[in-house]
Amino acid sequence: MALEVMARTAAPIPLDVAFRVEPGELLALVGHSGSGKTTLLRTIAGLWRPEVARVTVDGTTWLDTAARVCLPTHRRRVGIVFQNYALFPHMTAAQNVMAAMDSADRTEAVRILDLVNLDGLADRKPAQLSGGQQQRVAVARALARRPEALLLDEPFSAVDRATREKLYGEIIALRAHLAMPVVLVTHDVNEAQLLADRMVVIEKGRAVRAGTTAEVMADPDALRAMGIREVAAMLPAIIAEHGADGLTRLDAPTGPLFLPGVEGAPGTRIRVRIMAHEVILSRVRPKGLSAQNILAGTVAQIVPGKGPAVTVRIAMGEHEILARITRRAADQMALQPGDIVHAILKSMTVARDHVARDPDAARVAE
Amino acid sequence: MDWTALTLSLRLAAWTVAILLPVSVLVGRFLAYRQFGGKGLVEALVMLPLVLPPTVLGFYLLVAFGRNSPVGELWQSLFGHQLVFSFEGLVVASILFNLPFAIQPAQRGFEAVPIEVREAASCCGMSPLASLWKVELPLAWPGLMTAMVLTFAHTLGEFGIVLMVGGSIPGETRTIAIAIYDRVQAFDARSAGIMSAVLVAISLFTIALTYWLSARVGRRLS
Repeated sequence: MALEVMARTAAPIPLDVAFRVEPGELLALVGHSGSGKTTLLRTIAGLWRPEVARVTVDGTTWLDTAARVCLPTHRRRVGIVFQNYALFPHMTAAQNVMAAMDSADRTEAVRILDLVNLDGLADRKPAQLSGGQQQRVAVARALARRPEALLLDEPFSAVDRATREKLYGEIIALRAHLAMPVVLVTHDVNEAQLLADRMVVIEKGRAVRAGTTAEVMADPDALRAMGIREVAAMLPAIIAEHGADGLTRLDAPTGPLFLPGVEGAPGTRIRVRIMAHEVILSRVRPKGLSAQNILAGTVAQIVPGKGPAVTVRIAMGEHEILARITRRAADQMALQPGDIVHAILKSMTVARDHVARDPDAARVAE
Repeated sequence: MDWTALTLSLRLAAWTVAILLPVSVLVGRFLAYRQFGGKGLVEALVMLPLVLPPTVLGFYLLVAFGRNSPVGELWQSLFGHQLVFSFEGLVVASILFNLPFAIQPAQRGFEAVPIEVREAASCCGMSPLASLWKVELPLAWPGLMTAMVLTFAHTLGEFGIVLMVGGSIPGETRTIAIAIYDRVQAFDARSAGIMSAVLVAISLFTIALTYWLSARVGRRLS
């Protein structure tokens, strides 16, 4: 049931992108606004038709400009969550969900609303719901269509940060129930890294990099396209213990990590995003330091950038941490690939929305 | 009190509304959603009866529907009587004259439905007809209701074009507005006064009803 997309057009913005999403896989289209990522989503949904394009789902052709095939939107089994949700304002949450069903079934609508944690709110109108609740109704409505492709267009951009963290967790948990290809459009690299299996970086209508999340996030060219400040490594970890002082101890392949209050029971598998510019490097293991996390590793590569900074890739077993330090510091330390270094990370520099349940673990668990 | 004239006016208003409702849905929706060359001209044409003196429109209709015009001849051969100075002629004139009052608010009503909401409707698997019925009409309803009430009230009060196209044939083309005029001409101030008061009451009631209904719709959406 893979989704295959190819689109080429000259106007309104030049676009030349092709990608494939496997069933159950979440692909993030990442890029700045105006890069063409939303246009790609609209092409899949049939809300926009590029000059040359092909969209096939599970072997069924939705759009093929060469063969003059173009299924209208309402005949494509597509579920879409719009940036501003676009709920039907005159219908209740349950009616919104039923509107997307082939035959309206209230019991089923309530079941789907329960699935997105909206139990008890079925009879509220969108105006009576918070932003996060509206987003959940939009997700429920998209699922009620029994889509062959699920499309998420910046679905977290209209809610506050605390709500966003919660919704990330919910989407990850929900993925256990989803067998269709999922495409997420976002400009937020953190979001993409936390949620996606694979990423396609879109710049000025072209795919500048495609690959697994880890591959793309380690590629300096791709990072440049996304804005270099966003360099970060992703570490898998298991919640070990919640300390009385509010710090949570995590077991990571790099050794124990201490982070402020991570949600989840001990044993929960999570992903932690560590921003490269928050990492300090030291040749010797420092003592008497306030920072709680000191991780030892081997310098794998020193990637120069255009500015005064370099990105150091530090291998720790199968995983790696990225550190963004000045070129001057790297020279003073005489860093070379193969050197042993200690990466220092303040607990408080890991933002709460940089921690999320591991999507793969969620799928196995449910 | 000329009850025949009052029922004639109400009948005329009802027919005008009944025919203009689907017209304003189709044309208003089309003008709201589509961009095309010459759209400004079409919108101007729709608005034209608002600024033209009723006598000018009435004159052109008289010429266009008259016994010697192609339309007049066709009507005569089909129905055996002429179109001008008949109730049917009044309905046609009333429809044309009310186009701006019906289409303009309907168009605004459809424009108020966000494009994402319409796109969401088709992504929910709704055909264009289902989307119109389940999503667009309920949301554009305040505009459509305004259109219909304005048309109704305006038809009751129309004078100049009715006189030009219909004359003043009792039971056929003498509306309440014409009857009031006739009574004043005959120095029957009492009858004119009663009928004027009835017309004021009906118009006020209709418009108050719309305000009440649209406030209810407003509450339903928020």
